[in-house]
Amino acid sequence: MRFYEYESRKIVELAGIPVTQYGFAKTAAEARDAAERIGGPVVIKSQVLVGGRMKAGGVKFADTAEQAERDAAEILELEISGHRPVGVLVDPKAEVEQEYYAAVLWDGRAKRPMMLFSDMGGIDIEEVAEKHPAHVGRGHLSNLHPIPDFRAKEVVSDVGMTGSELNRATPILARLARLQRDHDMTLAEINPLARLSDGSFVALDAHMEMEDEAVGRHKKVLGEIGVELEEPRELYEPSAFERNVKAIDEADHRGVIQGKDHGFEGNIGLVIGAGGGSLTLTDAVRSQGGKPANYAEIGGNPSVAKSKGLAMEVLKKEGVEKIAVMMSIVSNTRVDIVARGVIAACLELGKDPAETIAVFRIPGAWEEEGAKILGKYGIDFNDRSVSMWDAAGTAVQKVQGAS
Amino acid sequence: VSILLNEDFTFIVQGITGREAVNLTRECLDYGSKVVGGVTPGRKGREVHGVPVFDTVAQAVAEHGSPIDGSVVTVPPAFTKDAVVEAIENGIGLIVVVTERIPRRDVAEMVELAGERGARIIGPNCLGVIVPGVCKMGGIGGPAKDAAKAYKPGQVGVMSRSGGMTTEISSTLTAAGLGVSTACSIGGDAIIGSTYAELMPLFEQDEQTEAIVIYTEPGGRMEAELVDWRRESGSKLPIVAFMAGKFMDDEEMQGMSFGHAGTIVEGAEDSATQKIARLEEAGIPVVERIDEIPAAVKQKLGAAA
Repeated sequence: MRFYEYESRKIVELAGIPVTQYGFAKTAAEARDAAERIGGPVVIKSQVLVGGRMKAGGVKFADTAEQAERDAAEILELEISGHRPVGVLVDPKAEVEQEYYAAVLWDGRAKRPMMLFSDMGGIDIEEVAEKHPAHVGRGHLSNLHPIPDFRAKEVVSDVGMTGSELNRATPILARLARLQRDHDMTLAEINPLARLSDGSFVALDAHMEMEDEAVGRHKKVLGEIGVELEEPRELYEPSAFERNVKAIDEADHRGVIQGKDHGFEGNIGLVIGAGGGSLTLTDAVRSQGGKPANYAEIGGNPSVAKSKGLAMEVLKKEGVEKIAVMMSIVSNTRVDIVARGVIAACLELGKDPAETIAVFRIPGAWEEEGAKILGKYGIDFNDRSVSMWDAAGTAVQKVQGAS
Repeated sequence: VSILLNEDFTFIVQGITGREAVNLTRECLDYGSKVVGGVTPGRKGREVHGVPVFDTVAQAVAEHGSPIDGSVVTVPPAFTKDAVVEAIENGIGLIVVVTERIPRRDVAEMVELAGERGARIIGPNCLGVIVPGVCKMGGIGGPAKDAAKAYKPGQVGVMSRSGGMTTEISSTLTAAGLGVSTACSIGGDAIIGSTYAELMPLFEQDEQTEAIVIYTEPGGRMEAELVDWRRESGSKLPIVAFMAGKFMDDEEMQGMSFGHAGTIVEGAEDSATQKIARLEEAGIPVVERIDEIPAAVKQKLGAAA
């Protein structure tokens, strides 16, 4: 789960890390009020979940409250990569002496959280790591023991910092590390972390991502920062197909179906599974010149109604005349149940199953029963002797072969 | 012989009274596995397909009268960490975690504890381990007769991030007359108990295993770790790889997630293209089709002979 900047700043603040006296405004009038309260030059920043807002004109500098109001009005109307802002953040323009970078994220290879710190903040950390490796400090943390301040101190010290800078930056990195663990963040980043002219450190921007699997156990803190759990936080707007498949999936707890069509523009309807099988089959269709209309996953033995629902949604997509029903060998999902589902989908839409199902390749549990049902409707059943690649090739040929 | 399991291997099922666990227990018993107990808190005294159910792992161990080798953990995500820790603290050495959607922090904690206690975790989000004709630990391969059809004893070790593809690949190897020594569904999450590189030393020491097949996906650094291990150890055990999810490299797919939790690409090094290049550079061929795997393995075996 991604957070808007104003939420991330709140999370950081609650963890005891100093932030500016920023304000969040949903309207231009609120932005003016915030600027008046701050009293002085301010920065107005668009609140969207995507990056690139500086380039898109989503960040403006205003010297007066009137200017802040005008800028906010413009930014609130400005779409960034197709996203409308949920508001603007009004931030005092800080007297920055130096910018730093602080982050804590998972190192999957070490299977531990890793602290990252740099005295070259404000820019892309990957670029700093590549060009100025001595300016990036790193340190792993144990998952089992309390997080000690000295580990953070070592990382800050690694980039050559000492004196009061070291002593002020250390607790910030340590608190960020505790925040990452306590709130199940996959990424907890402050960039830039700024040292102001009076020597104090303050988080000028923050980026937080909470692991979706853990959201349920953080309802309290999410409530405190005013996050609506029902509000979608996808990086793109789900399509009608995606919403419909999700609704069908949620209506029935048996098995799982997923469907995506963002980025797919082809005409081969895919009713495929399971996780790894879907990835393999999508590649196999594309590698043989096929253009999938969608991506799908069937798993965990869904009901007839659920399989039917997925097949119907795929068949309702524009330009889709035929579906390819394919899975890797199944041991839990039943072949006969998927067969019943896809045949029922064809019939309900007034289509001939034998014409509509370009290929059916699901070997495994209850395959004899599945083959019998398919046979009644004149559909060939492909068992494990037909490779996933060949099944995908048949689908490509049957759908696109004539064109 | 084989790795991880053998004829005398004993295990329990934690969460044994759940619907999926009841099926899994039946499948394992039918296959000939020694399921010596089950644990579901509050259900002591019941039986699942003749297997006694206990409230605690300690009771199961006491009743068995000697150490128990393994546990299959299939409890809801919120209770998984505790169940795994309970298994570790009761001396169980091999823990297969079936549960999906466990927060990464919980997985990292139990994996670190297992490391300190000398236990091994397979998974989470996996189907388990099978030594064809000997022992099946978990839902891998499905019902005993289906598992027998897809998995015949042989010389190839299989490691896969996808449970279903473990069976698809093994079935292909079986059909080609190569067969499988041990197949391990290692799990699809971003952090897992045993990676390719962590299982390779076991396969390396196994006399039955003459080649390895891995199934992999975009996301994570496990292939880089495997390549590093191979270089550092000097291992000559041939490896053939299959990479799924190449379409995710396309620009229009950026920022989207498909498949497993671990499939999320978090950096350029995680992409399918990068991984394929890295593996091939290390002398690990990456085939484009599952049905090309047996020929690639045979070619490697021929070259080694």
